[in-house]
Amino acid sequence: MATVEMSFTPLPAHVRTARLVATAVARRSGVDEALLDEVRLAVGEACSRAVEAHQEHCPGEPVRVALTGTDGRFEVVVTDTVVQDDGEPATAVPGAVKPGAGAPGGERPAAAGGPAQQTVPAELGLAVIEGLADDVKIARTKAGLSIRMSWPSTAAS
Amino acid sequence: MDLKLDHHTKDGIEVVDVEGEIDVYTAPRLRELLIELVNVGHYQLVVNMEKVEFLDSTGLGVLVGGLKRVRAHDGSLDLVCTQERILKIFRITGLTKVFGIHDSVDDAIAARKSEK
Repeated sequence: MATVEMSFTPLPAHVRTARLVATAVARRSGVDEALLDEVRLAVGEACSRAVEAHQEHCPGEPVRVALTGTDGRFEVVVTDTVVQDDGEPATAVPGAVKPGAGAPGGERPAAAGGPAQQTVPAELGLAVIEGLADDVKIARTKAGLSIRMSWPSTAAS
Repeated sequence: MDLKLDHHTKDGIEVVDVEGEIDVYTAPRLRELLIELVNVGHYQLVVNMEKVEFLDSTGLGVLVGGLKRVRAHDGSLDLVCTQERILKIFRITGLTKVFGIHDSVDDAIAARKSEK
């Protein structure tokens, strides 16, 4: 069972809350202070990606975040429930982006309903996550896509 | 912290002062300001990020979008940033090769002037 679980309406304003909670739990789980910025940024990226996917495909469904501190690791799992018509999660190909590969290439429209139409370089968020997290696993399931990230910690909560 | 935006002209270059967090929630406001500045004819921009506390890929996307817009008018968009935690995201994404990143607004302006 996760140390802390949360789910939130897929609104950009809630991503900051998720970042703050994740950082607080990471600190309590014994993640080194020097790594907390990385945790905060990686969780924010994963939640932003999930929020945008939900807003496009299933705005009524919450984004889920599980935070667990055990066995010397602090683990974060961000899960969306976006499934395309063909049954595949409507997200980027896992592992397709490597750190440093996120220079401005193709662009995709950002979340609908934002204050203004904006563009974000495609897959930049996943590139950042892969560059920051100590260990990253991106898994497709029939229920959606989950991003599992972890960092070393010194205490179990 | 929310996002605070301000801008002023210095030596013919428009300096945008950004303070707070640039993320998926606040980045559209920065984008709107950059578009507004370009629309009124400011094609030489310096974005001062010394007081930015958080920047994610959405913010990077806005900066890249701003750069594309000014370049369409043969302009420039330089950044001022000395914070390691902010610089790190530029390095991870390879964007240090795309933006001119300077230690101060004066340095950014001087570098831009020297290229003319």
